[in-house]
Amino acid sequence: MRTAKPPVIQIRRVTKSYGHGDAVVHALRGPVTGGGEPLGVDLDVAEGDYVAVMGSSGSGKSTLMNILGCLDVPTSGRYLLDGTDVGHLDEGQLALVRNRKIGFVFQSFNLVPRTTALAQVELPLAYAGVRSAERRRRAMAALGLVGLADRAGHKPNQLSGGQQQRVAVARALVTAPAMLLADEPTGNLDIRSTEEVLGIIDGLNARGRTVVVITHEDEVALHAKRVLRLVDGAIVSDVRQAPVDGPPPALAAAGVVA
Amino acid sequence: MLRFAVAGLAANKVRSALTMLGVLIGVASVILLLAVGNGSSVAVKDSITSLGTNALTVSSASSRGSATAAKKLTVEDAKALATAADAPSIKSVAPVVTTSGTALYGNVSYQPGQIVGTYPAYFETANLKVDKGDYFSADDVLNSRKVAVLGSTTATELFATEDPVGKRITIGGTPFTVVGVLRTKGSTGFNDPDDVVIAPLPTVQNAFTGFGSVNQILVQASSAESTTEAQADITRILMGTHAVKDATKVDFRISNQTSLLSARESTTRTFTVLLGAVAAISLLVGGIGITNIMLVTVTERTKEIGIRKALGAPRAVILGQFLAESTLLSVIGAGLGVLAGIVGSHFSVVGIKPVVIPESVLGAFGIAVAIGLFFGSYPANRAAALRPIDALRHE
Ligand SMILES: Nc1ncnc2c1ncn2[C@@H]1O[C@H](COP(=O)(O)OP(=O)(O)O)[C@@H](O)[C@H]1O
Ligand SMILES: [Mg+2]
Repeated sequence: MRTAKPPVIQIRRVTKSYGHGDAVVHALRGPVTGGGEPLGVDLDVAEGDYVAVMGSSGSGKSTLMNILGCLDVPTSGRYLLDGTDVGHLDEGQLALVRNRKIGFVFQSFNLVPRTTALAQVELPLAYAGVRSAERRRRAMAALGLVGLADRAGHKPNQLSGGQQQRVAVARALVTAPAMLLADEPTGNLDIRSTEEVLGIIDGLNARGRTVVVITHEDEVALHAKRVLRLVDGAIVSDVRQAPVDGPPPALAAAGVVA
Repeated sequence: MLRFAVAGLAANKVRSALTMLGVLIGVASVILLLAVGNGSSVAVKDSITSLGTNALTVSSASSRGSATAAKKLTVEDAKALATAADAPSIKSVAPVVTTSGTALYGNVSYQPGQIVGTYPAYFETANLKVDKGDYFSADDVLNSRKVAVLGSTTATELFATEDPVGKRITIGGTPFTVVGVLRTKGSTGFNDPDDVVIAPLPTVQNAFTGFGSVNQILVQASSAESTTEAQADITRILMGTHAVKDATKVDFRISNQTSLLSARESTTRTFTVLLGAVAAISLLVGGIGITNIMLVTVTERTKEIGIRKALGAPRAVILGQFLAESTLLSVIGAGLGVLAGIVGSHFSVVGIKPVVIPESVLGAFGIAVAIGLFFGSYPANRAAALRPIDALRHE
């Protein structure tokens, strides 16, 4: 476990709670002191790592992921992304971070309705101010990477669940973000589509991208280099399955990458 | 961005169309109602100036606070005005009596708006031109001849296409020979100046009103500039004939066309402002319609906003998208409204020919677009300010 560079993700004493008073729900709390005070979650993720986050429903996985993706803000604690404290960024800078540094894949695909696959994938590039011809070229390349070059003109309601999720993955990787965050990306998919999507994610990690994926399926967790388990908003186990700078385990086993 | 806005509107055609209709009606009604108001004021102005700006009308009025009844105007008053040597500002004088009655020609019966008994000077002073035949003469007046000049409306009603000149008509049992027909002056929307029969004063007095007082004395000043002078002369002379010493207690009233004009103008201006206010309200309602629709659109598309924000859409892009939509709605609605308003103003409304005010077109269009921006900005701001996670969780 040699990491030359500082961790991409550094989380320090992060808590997230909803509601007030008696009705307060601590979605993220970390270890609890004797007095019942939540200490908050600490977590480092190294560049190029492939982390699976597991835990039962309601354990705080999505809450954690939304904070990592800068979609939500923690109640307390600090989140450093590439060494920058995102808590100090204004709205415009946060939009920039979401656009350039993070690719987010949702369980429910979250494609923009009535918009073709190509236009979906072009969206993050449009927000980044990339010009139309260049945008098109890069979006087609991303669609090609997920094997959907021939479906560029299809709208979400003309695509299967697996294809929709692959469009979502293409959209997440088109800006070449350093980090891919996926919240149960295969939760709504059958076995075959699951394998396809995981294959793409493995490939992205093999090419150096940091991946954090939420799942409650053990088969999915087998693809990761590191597995975290959450229970009631606290990390209870942290198991490394493969070295950070090696290939993802599934590819290593298949002998694709030496 | 415009393409996105068009697509956004096209996704809900009926809703967009109805919203535009609201703006359309607002803009069209502003243009049209102001045009109607303006049209009526133009008509009034035309009708008054067509009477001749040199004309002064003297009518009887009881003086306030005076115990004695007002002395009526008489032919003697008119003669005093006409013969006064020291009043060079008075060019001509025509005493006027008016009455009503039914005119008969063959078996056609018609009731003209007014039967006027006067002197030939009346025609020039009231700016009436003869179209066929001739005016009656001073000689006709002196001899109380039973001759009449018809207004064009009366002539058409009684004679249709026949030439009335030389024909005999009967008014209230008295036979009259038609000597002339007046040129059409045109309706003002309130009364028809062409719906008259004009006959020599003594003839009308003899047949209908009796030889007492006259209704009005129409005075023509020597020029438009000398009307004030003429007004002073008339006051002086009539104070003499009516034996009134106190200038504040005169028992007659002199109105000139300019004072009449400004009085009528202020009435029509009030009318125009009232119409404008009604129209402005409908424009405002159209604007509220835009807010309403944009709020619905934003609510409906909250999840989409969340997705876009998760992909890194800056606030300005979201704001711009919804503002573009609401502005497009109002621009198209207002454009169609301008069209509808201008087309609609080609038809006359309750007898008034609308005259479009160019400023109202620009103003209504500009205000509608501004309303689109203003009322659209609230929902757009709300959309842009959403936190991505809150927007994404929205179902
Ligand atoms: N917006 C919210 N308001 C209130 N409670 C919430 C909200 N989001 C999540 N929670 C609560 O926080 C806890 C963790 O939720 P979540 O992170 O979605 O769990 P997981 O993704 O592991 O199933 C749950 O108890 C859930 O009820
Ligand atoms: Mg979840």
